[in-house]
Amino acid sequence: MNDETDLQKTALHRLHDELGGRLVPFAGWELPIQYEGVVAEHRWCRSSASLFDVSHMATFDIVDNEANVAAIEGLTPTNLATLKPGRSRYGLFTTFDGGILDDFIVTRLDSKLRIVSNAARRSTVTRILSAALPHDQLQEVSDVALLALQGPAAASVIAQLNPAATRMNFMGSMETELADVPVTVSRSGYTGEDGFELSVPNTYAETLARRLLDFDTVQPAGLGARDSLRLEAGLCLYGNDLDESTTPIEADLGWTIGKARRKRADFPGAKIIIDQIENGPQRIRVGVLAQGRRPIRDNTKLTDLEGNVVGTVSSGGYGPTLDAPVAMAYVNRPASEIHTKLNAHVRDNIVSCVVAELPFSPTNYFKG
Amino acid sequence: MNIPEDCRYSSDHEWIRSDGDGRFRIGITDYAQDALGDVVFVELPEIGLKAKANESICEVESTKSVSDIYAPMSGTVVEVNSDLADAPDRLNSDPYGEGWICMIEADSASDVDSLLDAAAYQELTEG
Repeated sequence: MNDETDLQKTALHRLHDELGGRLVPFAGWELPIQYEGVVAEHRWCRSSASLFDVSHMATFDIVDNEANVAAIEGLTPTNLATLKPGRSRYGLFTTFDGGILDDFIVTRLDSKLRIVSNAARRSTVTRILSAALPHDQLQEVSDVALLALQGPAAASVIAQLNPAATRMNFMGSMETELADVPVTVSRSGYTGEDGFELSVPNTYAETLARRLLDFDTVQPAGLGARDSLRLEAGLCLYGNDLDESTTPIEADLGWTIGKARRKRADFPGAKIIIDQIENGPQRIRVGVLAQGRRPIRDNTKLTDLEGNVVGTVSSGGYGPTLDAPVAMAYVNRPASEIHTKLNAHVRDNIVSCVVAELPFSPTNYFKG
Repeated sequence: MNIPEDCRYSSDHEWIRSDGDGRFRIGITDYAQDALGDVVFVELPEIGLKAKANESICEVESTKSVSDIYAPMSGTVVEVNSDLADAPDRLNSDPYGEGWICMIEADSASDVDSLLDAAAYQELTEG
């Protein structure tokens, strides 16, 4: 981890300053936690469109050939062979113990595979990809910015710059131009809303961001709103909800494992993961709603009504769309049924909770 | 940053305003609400709580973090702003008005004289 003194700056650093962004250190980068305020930015994203700078994410390009696909499939249970050109897929790198090394989005572009993973896991992902792939087949992309335009108004904004990009469905991807700037556009995001992620060369990033912010429907949003939006959408945050001691099945992410991959059982941790698919995991990720307004945050202990510890909160906070506290937690399987009553122990207080369906806020992905 | 002249201030970024008869209304300053970010929960103290100067009497939670509110003087909590239970964002929108937290009846009303005045508090926030 870098010291605060040598934090990396994204291509939009000057713009964040100008817009009044409150810059904080995050995974070695200096990024805005908020501009106007977390709650206002969250609500703007749910009702209009918000622009996020997510340039801290790690981007890797890999030459698309059979050998490289096989090599990457040796690191993940995600099926890459069946991924169609112009499509993206969510996946997980696993450990030999069945834990999660990182989560990522992989996209099949023209003659290359692009993997976007977490900034805080950059060195780990670099290490496993470098070990699996020939040196000249893997490139860490460091000269691009990644912007996310998210919210119900995002599509009409993108349509005015390039109508073709809005004909893609959720998890579609294309290399094109927006406002005369070369951009890889993906219809994806981390908010639960319809939206686009825009990978753009650093030199054009500020021009594109300003062009997007010129729309009345678009406001900038920071990492604070990004976190509350993804929490309401039931999306995992690596380091909170996912880590090396948590399996994809415990994380309720079994859907990321292709059928053919299950059959072949040829990914790290396959034995443990397939056993959990067949017999169920000991603990599982669930949604938790609390009574009242007191937020229940990560690491809060959960007990059943008899006082037995049954789980721990992995992510929690205030959900502006619900105007209520929301959380995700890992609980023992008997306590994981929807509507199970639990108690959260927040400092000296006991907060009544109930296991709830995820997502908390309905997702609005564009499926055509 | 708004720092009204008619209040005293603690170094913990609380304001204290005399309500007469040795009673003092307490809240967090504009500086504090800005630093905290959006307040999403206020745990009010119990009416009748005997507060000791500089001890925690309740909590304020923002989207980012939990902060203790410290009694600026020893005394008894005689009133609380129960509207904050459903509208904690008043600490952000009107910190010196509708966002007041509680009223303390001071054990010794002259304790307020040892708190910072507006000029001294301004200096603290600019330091």
